[in-house]
Amino acid sequence: MDRNQLQRQVALMRSSLIEQVPNPSLPSLKLLVGYLDEQQFLQLEDLQDDVNPNFVEEIVTLFYKDSARLFHNIEQALKSRPVDFAKLDNYMHQFRGSTSSIGAIKVKNECNQFKEFCLAGNAEGCARAFQKVKQEHETLRTQLETYFKLRRQAGLAETV
Amino acid sequence: MENGFSSPRSDAFPAGLRVLVVDDDPTWLRILEKMLKKCSYEVTTCGLATDALRLLRERKDVFDIVISDVNMPDMDGFKLLEHVGLEMDLPVIMMSVDGETSRVMKGVQHGACDYLLKPIRMKELKNIWQHVFRKKIHEIKDIENHESIIEGMHLTRNGSDYSDDGHLLSVDDLTSVRKRKDMEKNHDEKDFSDASSAKKARVVWSVDLHQKFVKAVNQIGFDKVGPKKILDLMNVPWLTRENVASHLQKYRLYLSRLQKEKENSGMKHSDASPKDPPGSFGSIHQSDVVNSSYLFSGNSLLPRTVDPSSHEDDLKSIISEPVMEPKRPPVNLPDSHKTKNSQMGFNRSFQPLESEVDFAAFNSGIPTKSYWGEVPDVQFGQEHTPFVHLENGFTKLPLPDPLNHVNADSLQSIPCTAERGISGPTKSKPPCPEYGSNQISDPSPKVSILDPFPQSSKSNIVNHQRALEPIYPCTSSLTTQASCLSCTADIESAQRDVLNLASGSSSTLASFEDDLQVLFQGDSYGDTLGVRNLGFSDYIDAGLINEVPIHLYDSLRFGYEYPCDMTEYAILDQAY
Repeated sequence: MDRNQLQRQVALMRSSLIEQVPNPSLPSLKLLVGYLDEQQFLQLEDLQDDVNPNFVEEIVTLFYKDSARLFHNIEQALKSRPVDFAKLDNYMHQFRGSTSSIGAIKVKNECNQFKEFCLAGNAEGCARAFQKVKQEHETLRTQLETYFKLRRQAGLAETV
Repeated sequence: MENGFSSPRSDAFPAGLRVLVVDDDPTWLRILEKMLKKCSYEVTTCGLATDALRLLRERKDVFDIVISDVNMPDMDGFKLLEHVGLEMDLPVIMMSVDGETSRVMKGVQHGACDYLLKPIRMKELKNIWQHVFRKKIHEIKDIENHESIIEGMHLTRNGSDYSDDGHLLSVDDLTSVRKRKDMEKNHDEKDFSDASSAKKARVVWSVDLHQKFVKAVNQIGFDKVGPKKILDLMNVPWLTRENVASHLQKYRLYLSRLQKEKENSGMKHSDASPKDPPGSFGSIHQSDVVNSSYLFSGNSLLPRTVDPSSHEDDLKSIISEPVMEPKRPPVNLPDSHKTKNSQMGFNRSFQPLESEVDFAAFNSGIPTKSYWGEVPDVQFGQEHTPFVHLENGFTKLPLPDPLNHVNADSLQSIPCTAERGISGPTKSKPPCPEYGSNQISDPSPKVSILDPFPQSSKSNIVNHQRALEPIYPCTSSLTTQASCLSCTADIESAQRDVLNLASGSSSTLASFEDDLQVLFQGDSYGDTLGVRNLGFSDYIDAGLINEVPIHLYDSLRFGYEYPCDMTEYAILDQAY
């Protein structure tokens, strides 16, 4: 792929990731639509500068690292008997706060579902909702990784 | 170290603002750090509340503001907030993903100066410096007020002219701030930098120190507590009364907050319920005061029996009156005198605020604006501070210069501020240095009577206003009320507070505190008042009160049924 193509792809993928309306010329990217909150993502990109040229990637990495820790806590709480719903709610609340940092919309929605079950004291429902959270979480990770890779490639192509 | 820290910072303010960010979420911590750095702030991050508290305690005066998340594993964000408020007196901003009203309310109740919702936007962080600025302003005012009162007393005794603001301020840095010769906007910047560089050593209230404080308070009895008593009991040599006073205020707010949470009762007291002034300061009802003030302003001390309950009406009527003829009953001079006296008297009676300053302000104000009570509606509207009215009144009356001079002479004995006041009309500089700082800022109807300076363009008025403000806390509040209905609650509470403070009555402490809580953001207003009161009485006893002061007393008495002799009249004669 030549530089221009790469850059275009990056731009398209980016807009697909954050915009509601999928780009018609890239039907495959429809899947990425609505994953991230535009405002938040754009703001993160704005923070990128010479000092931190890969700031967004840095933040995403940090997010996923911390998510692992929170997920572990949630899993432990789900496994324990009796299930401590207050604790579960607390952990999920922390995670939800974390998702707001990168603006992960779909993940957040699943978190809200989880909260409903939690409030209702439905352990099974919580477990199911948690699976969905993890799924969305992973999907987003893949999308973002691809995005960053493309971006890097486009950046490298520029310097060539 | 403080100097080293603050000087460069103050020049470029708000750049270089020293922020401490506390959040258990590492992702957000990193984002916030980056955002704050982009705002040119100096950032320190902390993942744990306990770490943050330790940092704050260890390194005193190293941070300007704290931003903290509400939900943290090791300590509740609200607890941290309270600790910081009580011990370090720093502005604290809370953040959370949860924006529920009850949570936000809790934050405010615990003393947060702002509550941000996550995800946080850059623009929200850009403006956090205002909280630091605001606090500085109030601190300065408090200091100034305190200082000027003391100074005023000294000056009066010596009969020296109040020509140099610097005299009033014992803090060197504040001097330049006080020299508010011009009330221009750049004044604000200058003031701020002065303020920030003013090394008022910030007292860090360690747990130990706070314990001593609480013990002393409990020993004295919360009702009878006062900064001086506490200070004496605590027996901490390096602690000043002022430190205690401001901490006491915060403590009161804290307690009242706790109480509120328990009671959850409405705190609004109708301040309009006039009580018959028992002839003592404490009991003077706000409305009385207001009425009295109006009396003074409009009628050169004509003892008007204003119905307290309708003080508002009075206010309105007064306001709507055309500039009251300075020539009311006897002569202009007498009026101005009276007005001044009345004003002064008010100060005296209320005592809470810097009486000296007030006098000065009055003096100066009177010549030009003698309508104390009269405040053109328009002007009031502009002001959102309780004292607006007063100010307007002042501007309204254009007294001939000679009067000013006369007043000046007679007021010689009055604190320096008076001097200034005389030249005041022509000067944009506020006669009361303490108020000077007000100019800079903040039109907020803070009760800090010391400070409600509306951003008036009329320097004279402002000057006067300032002077007036402290003097007639109640009055102004009332007037403001009339004109600023939206501030009603505040004013009422402020008034109440003032009264309470003035009288040092503990009975009203509860409501007072509530009000304070609402009105003050950790100001040491109450404290200053307390301090002032003490100072004030000293002042009076010293017999510093000149003819003029006596006049004021008399004037006040008119309104308050004070048993005074009509020295005022005697003085008036002199004036003639």
